[in-house]
Amino acid sequence: MYDITIIGCGVIGASIAYSLSAYDLKVCILEQENDVAMGTTKANSAIVHAGYDPEPGTLIARLNVRGAQLMEELCKKLSVKYNRVGSLVLAFSEKDRAHLEKLYDNGVKNGVPGLKIISGDEAREMDPQLTKTVVAALYAPSAAIIDPWGLCIAEAETAVRNGAELHCNAKVTGLEQKEDSVVLHTAAGDFETRYVINCAGGWAGEICALTGKEEWESALARGEYYLMDKSSGSLAKHVIFQCPTEKGKGVLVSPTVHGNLIVGPNATPVEDPYSRETTLSGLDEVAEAARLSIDGIDLRQCIRNFAGVRAIISESDFVIRPAECCPRMLHVAGIKSPGLSAAPAIAEYVIEQLQTMGLAFQKKESWIDTREQIRFKELSQAEKEALIKENPRYGRVICRCETITEGEIVAAIHSPVPPCSIDGVKRRAGAGMGRCQGGFCGPRVLDLIARELGKSPFDVLQDGEGTKLLISETKGGTAE
Amino acid sequence: MKYDLVIIGGGPAGLSAAKAAWDDGCRSICIVERDRELGGILNQCIHNGFGLHYFKEELTGPEYAGRFIEMLKSTGVEVRIDTMVLEIKENKEVHVISAAGGYEVLEAGAVVLAMGCRERTRGAIAIPGTRPAGVFTAGTAQRYLNIEGYMVGKKVVILGSGDIGLIMARRMTLEGAKVLACVEVMPYSGGLTRNIVQCLNDFDIPLYLSHTITDIRGKDRVEQVVVAEVGPDRRPIPGTEMTFDCDTVLLSVGLIPENELSRSAGIAMDPRTNGPVVYENMETSIPGIFACGNVLHVHDLVDFVTAEAARAGKAAAASLSGSTLPAEPVLQIKNGPVVGYTVPQQVHMGADFKVLEVFFRVRAVLDACHIYVRDEEGTQIAKFSRERVAPGEMETIKIPRVLLEKAKGAITVSVEEDQEETKA
Repeated sequence: MYDITIIGCGVIGASIAYSLSAYDLKVCILEQENDVAMGTTKANSAIVHAGYDPEPGTLIARLNVRGAQLMEELCKKLSVKYNRVGSLVLAFSEKDRAHLEKLYDNGVKNGVPGLKIISGDEAREMDPQLTKTVVAALYAPSAAIIDPWGLCIAEAETAVRNGAELHCNAKVTGLEQKEDSVVLHTAAGDFETRYVINCAGGWAGEICALTGKEEWESALARGEYYLMDKSSGSLAKHVIFQCPTEKGKGVLVSPTVHGNLIVGPNATPVEDPYSRETTLSGLDEVAEAARLSIDGIDLRQCIRNFAGVRAIISESDFVIRPAECCPRMLHVAGIKSPGLSAAPAIAEYVIEQLQTMGLAFQKKESWIDTREQIRFKELSQAEKEALIKENPRYGRVICRCETITEGEIVAAIHSPVPPCSIDGVKRRAGAGMGRCQGGFCGPRVLDLIARELGKSPFDVLQDGEGTKLLISETKGGTAE
Repeated sequence: MKYDLVIIGGGPAGLSAAKAAWDDGCRSICIVERDRELGGILNQCIHNGFGLHYFKEELTGPEYAGRFIEMLKSTGVEVRIDTMVLEIKENKEVHVISAAGGYEVLEAGAVVLAMGCRERTRGAIAIPGTRPAGVFTAGTAQRYLNIEGYMVGKKVVILGSGDIGLIMARRMTLEGAKVLACVEVMPYSGGLTRNIVQCLNDFDIPLYLSHTITDIRGKDRVEQVVVAEVGPDRRPIPGTEMTFDCDTVLLSVGLIPENELSRSAGIAMDPRTNGPVVYENMETSIPGIFACGNVLHVHDLVDFVTAEAARAGKAAAASLSGSTLPAEPVLQIKNGPVVGYTVPQQVHMGADFKVLEVFFRVRAVLDACHIYVRDEEGTQIAKFSRERVAPGEMETIKIPRVLLEKAKGAITVSVEEDQEETKA
């Protein structure tokens, strides 16, 4: 019997697991995919929003601003890439300028620090590639960029090191309420638990329905992106937003913590949370909008397109409340943007809610709250020398584009939440994230996973379940 | 560690540069190779067709590389395999790491850049659709088949008609896969004519020119692709879509010279080639640093790489022996209509050469045409006739020095269709 079972290990589930792992509780995490961070967490704008967008007084507003406050310290503790670059919302017209005023007022009411409305020229001084058509901008110094899947993985790993149990490939298919517990039927067997947290992202409505009542309607929206080569990485120095229009929040252009430039998203309603395809028209729409903000974007410098699905529902605020027909289940649903920014604050809030639901919290005597990750290319020459001497695997570069060594990849493969796919290694160590997109290192990473985990190469996947790479041996067979 | 010459990359360019420098008397040479064997990408090119120009016989890729590796064995050229260059400093310090040697700084008298190129990926051409397994660049698939010994698919559509894609169409077919189509967005192939004939036509694989993939479908593994015709603007024409059921997409959509190290050293780059700007002796904007092979511009035949790299190796050896070229005058070479770029881009007129060899690629297919070399005043310096030029095949012209000396200002290389052939 578990004290708490968390359904879904995206950044929200992982943040909750990490926070809960500080207490004397038996925590279980159920993830339907073969790895953590497989949904919206791996496909979003990678921004920590300052918090001027949400309506004052809402849960979203409160948790966004609080989350942004907590994020820097959290990332430092967990060795997650984070950079507080600040953001600019651009105005192209007088109408837009009025909108900036409203955002400014919102921000002040929400407690966002340091907001300032600046002129177009001042904005161009801060970000020289901004177009001439920018007439004013709202500057928010507390906005930041972050590695979203890195945060999720680091929190999941740390929760596991503190005793939480993670079960992947464990899609929840049924639910049985007992007097003092809930039994969850999953693809990986039954799990009995005193409390359940439903933070299944785009699937939260499905989990809710298992309680016998649908409490909201889902209104998912897909967003498409361009990820640009590092040679374009300095085109924007801040997170560059546009004023929201009838069509949505608008397309942003932003540097990433990995040194690339991200451009997107649009917003297209979709039914299926797996609708992560990009489209010709969607990518065109994104490209056109981005050119309004920034001069000199060359889309031939794109290294990857992707799309993510926002977990939007019919209720406008975040839904964090007990399920109507299952008092032992806490919904954490409708966590759309700025969900990533709010994640650490959502975890705090969830603990408060669980307390009111009757769960007792007792701090563990020893809680590991930090995690370290070696990133070879960020070390000094002396540190590199010492590291290779200590472990020669750090002297063998596997990913040429990103200078990721065998040592880093092997460390990722043997981490507390081990990857089973090439993309899983990519999200942990960074191999394959560069301009050749794994063209050179893919086969070598596949080899390393097979070797280190004692798997057949045929069982090493590209990414999720079913993403098989190798079909058979050639007529000549393998070298061995 | 100190070396007279450090060569970065042990593929065909690096091997040839090393041999040429050794033959010219350079006795302190180190080749730094990131892979575990010398030979570079030739090792996975197990088909034949290499060496017709250089060795006057038909070799496979590994055989071609093997000849050079054999030749170097009798020299004192040092080789560091499994060693990655992290950085080249402007003062020609080469920072390398390896599991065996740790972090080392190699002080070089001269450096030859021979890092080769990499393939353009799906992202670079923004193919819409899902992102399932089964989309490979042709070269990655080639590595899986020919080095690792694994098949990567059964029903294949190839996007792009670059040479590696064409070679892989044949290779996959011979391994029992069905190659349904080769799709090329341009109205002409990007590969060698002989590869179109031997790899597509001989196996009845249809080539769709002026077509592209507009959608990739399938959640986990590729299940379908949609192919459509494109207009002159290279945008898909609605209503021309064809659907192919397949499990694999191979991309052969261009190669990009790998110049991260060159850029970090501060070497001047040519946006047309994505490689360094070089003089006739393959020297870059930093004296003592030379470039050759696919890191300089993408070649079609390895034989040309070998010849170009030999020039770089010889020039590096000469620079080490203290013979410096007079910096002035420098003749600039520009590209005119139809010509995409030229290598070299500039010439030391004080250098000792009788004939200047200029390499370039054209941007369109032209039958019966002439290559013109003119100076800044429009005076024709030289003229060469061609029956046909195509983007897939590298062009070369040899201009006698006496003619170059007559040029006023920069010279421009252009290709013009012959008048009597022009219709309307």
